Amino acid sequence: MTKPSEKPMDEMVPIFFMGKRYEVPASLTIQKALEYAGYQHIRGCGCRGGVCGACGTVYRTPDSYKLQVGLACQTVVQPGMHLMILPYYPSNRAVFNIEEMRGTGGELAELYPEIFKCIGCNACTMGCPMDIDVMHYMAQAIRGDVKGVAETSFDCIMCGLCASRCPAEEVQFNVAILARRLNARYRVPRAEHLRKRVEQVREGLFEEPLRDLMGKSTEELKKMYSSRETEPQMAEDDWTPQDARYV
Amino acid sequence: MAYPESLKKLIEKVEATRPARVERKKKGEEFPALKLEERDPVLKAFHPDFIQGTRREIRVGPSRGYSISNEIVDLLEAKSRMDPDSVDLSNPDYETDVLVIGAGGAGTAAAILAAENGARVLIATKLRHGDANTMMAEGGIQAADKVGKDSPYWHYLDILGGGHFVNDPELVYTMVTNAPDAIRWLEGLGTSFSKFEDGTMRTMHGGGTCRKRMHYAADITGAEIMKTIRDEARNHKDMIDVVEFCPAVDLVLDDQGRCIGAVLYNLETAEYHYVSAKAVVIATGGSGRLHIQGFMTTNHYGATADGIVMAYRAGVPISFLHTVQYHPTGVVFPEQAEGILITEKFRGAGANVLNVHGEQFVYEREPRDVEAACIIRECSPKGRGNGVPTPTGKFGVWLDSPMIDLLRGEGTVRKEFPGKHILFRRFGIDISREPMLIHPTLHYQNGGLKINASCETRIPGLYAAGEVAGGVHGENRLMGNSLLDVIVFGRIAGTAAAEYSRTVGETGKPSLEHVRRYNREVEEAGIEGQRIAPMILPDYSNPEVRERQLTRDYFGTLSG
Repeated sequence: MTKPSEKPMDEMVPIFFMGKRYEVPASLTIQKALEYAGYQHIRGCGCRGGVCGACGTVYRTPDSYKLQVGLACQTVVQPGMHLMILPYYPSNRAVFNIEEMRGTGGELAELYPEIFKCIGCNACTMGCPMDIDVMHYMAQAIRGDVKGVAETSFDCIMCGLCASRCPAEEVQFNVAILARRLNARYRVPRAEHLRKRVEQVREGLFEEPLRDLMGKSTEELKKMYSSRETEPQMAEDDWTPQDARYV
Repeated sequence: MAYPESLKKLIEKVEATRPARVERKKKGEEFPALKLEERDPVLKAFHPDFIQGTRREIRVGPSRGYSISNEIVDLLEAKSRMDPDSVDLSNPDYETDVLVIGAGGAGTAAAILAAENGARVLIATKLRHGDANTMMAEGGIQAADKVGKDSPYWHYLDILGGGHFVNDPELVYTMVTNAPDAIRWLEGLGTSFSKFEDGTMRTMHGGGTCRKRMHYAADITGAEIMKTIRDEARNHKDMIDVVEFCPAVDLVLDDQGRCIGAVLYNLETAEYHYVSAKAVVIATGGSGRLHIQGFMTTNHYGATADGIVMAYRAGVPISFLHTVQYHPTGVVFPEQAEGILITEKFRGAGANVLNVHGEQFVYEREPRDVEAACIIRECSPKGRGNGVPTPTGKFGVWLDSPMIDLLRGEGTVRKEFPGKHILFRRFGIDISREPMLIHPTLHYQNGGLKINASCETRIPGLYAAGEVAGGVHGENRLMGNSLLDVIVFGRIAGTAAAEYSRTVGETGKPSLEHVRRYNREVEEAGIEGQRIAPMILPDYSNPEVRERQLTRDYFGTLSG
């Protein structure tokens, strides 16, 4: 049970944060290494678990000309690395009314006409810390394949590294979330059971049984809780309970 | 950096028992769950809430005498960060109808609904819009919407059973009856829920559920919801402004005791700003970064109980904060991922929890507090001492993820748990082939500010929603009910605050008198030290470096 700063010491390696050298334990992530060096993060630190997109990082190692990317909270330091966290990137975002959309591929192009300027250089894909094939979904966007963009980009954390690398000034991650929203709203069928259940609640179908439950003593509730019927874990979706009250 | 040889040897024991366990699971034969009366002794002996000396009574404020975790009491028995006499309230830096403090799931849902109900909204947040525990929630969101097999009735009963039957009935009623509409709202905004071909929601079990009602978007449900509603808030840019890196540090009341704004602290320029509003929604989330009892946490960097502190200081009582949720399955190895949440959905999909001998010792879908206590018992030398030793000197137990592919088909782990699959792949571990090593981790603030079913606090004009509020989950929240909580109550709070802001009329003279009074109360209670609160950010910087930070006016956790 240790807090992040209380790490057992191991081999020390030099890293260069924005050009300044620090000696840090070799096993730490970039995020924790900077804390070890004395930083208290304000920008560039969010969930500390690889899902929020706050700590996109670009770095180079001494033996290679290549620019590499990672998340500061997920990437272990490498000896001699030069790094910079990119906590924000100015990004074009189109405003739309989800209710008035239709979910067509043409809508991606209407809201983001610059997608046609993509030159297919693949810098976005190379720059994605989530290993998403960004250039592929941009090609899908150009083809109007809303579903394709939605599926390819599903893991996007919107860190902005793709946009930072793009010579065509695209904002790939905003195109991607537009496609995901259009796809989920218009191209995937709505859940019929959900519509029906919302209606049933509105009609007050559960009002009486629930109010009755709320009036029960703890002892009665415990009895009901212990004897309630549980859907088997491996049951198919069409399983139905023996006790069909209130469902 | 794959598993070292010592652990690989132990994994062989897991592999040895796996075929038989998979067969039993297929036949519906489960490890027996604890009966209600068997839960209490395990909780009392091994759940961290019951360890002597970890709680104390609060000596000041509206819930004086209430005994909760020392770490939270430390923040409540503290003075304001700023001198109330030096803040100029005559000239607001921002003016709005509804101020929303916090920009996670509850805050964003509140902002959208307030805007849709005609209010101008300002969201003030400590980090970025969407930097919140909502973003990190993985497994799912509950709602009883499978017509023919489930109902809000059974959802209600599950919640009460999980919460030890002490939950606030009106809040539970409100949550379960609004749940289907909350999911429908998210679906309409374009949230990519996992569905069958015909649009039927895919749903799974969570710990303590009697029906499969956990809706999900692979294993990044919270992120998917957060990204979607944040994007939607950005579509209301004529009505919703967002001020990032500006946490609120104190509320502002008027001379009639109504909440009419807040003081923000600009993390980058160290200025304080006054926001004048008609109504305020507190949606600041939880407190995992207080590392209660030194536990590692799954929580977001900003989860430091700020909203509890400022509302308590203004006079809002707290409830159900005496229990803390430890998620049964946090990563304990590899060390780089320590504390990171492993969604309960793995267990919902059938993965067993196993000790060092590769044997089951607990039903994998107990409510979280019971599951966590049983795992601690297995690991603890005072318990059964059957933990798996890690190379970093800790103990954990196995979560047998490879079972899922055997039960549901090759490739299921990769497809249903892409987030965790990628995370472990970075460490050279394929979780569809090798189990994960886990231990309970500090996860959720079960209680918080006392609210009613309209999200009103005791202070007129002040609303609270989401993890910062307490009551709906009783003493223990079930999986999938926090995402539901933030959406249901966030929407209610936003709607109610907008309505109130329309009808409240002229507000009175702004004042920080309550802060002065509280500061005096802290002094009069004889509380020693110079603690200030809210904490704003945890300080993980190297203590040796801190010793060399010699600036004279160094103040609290930030040197600004």
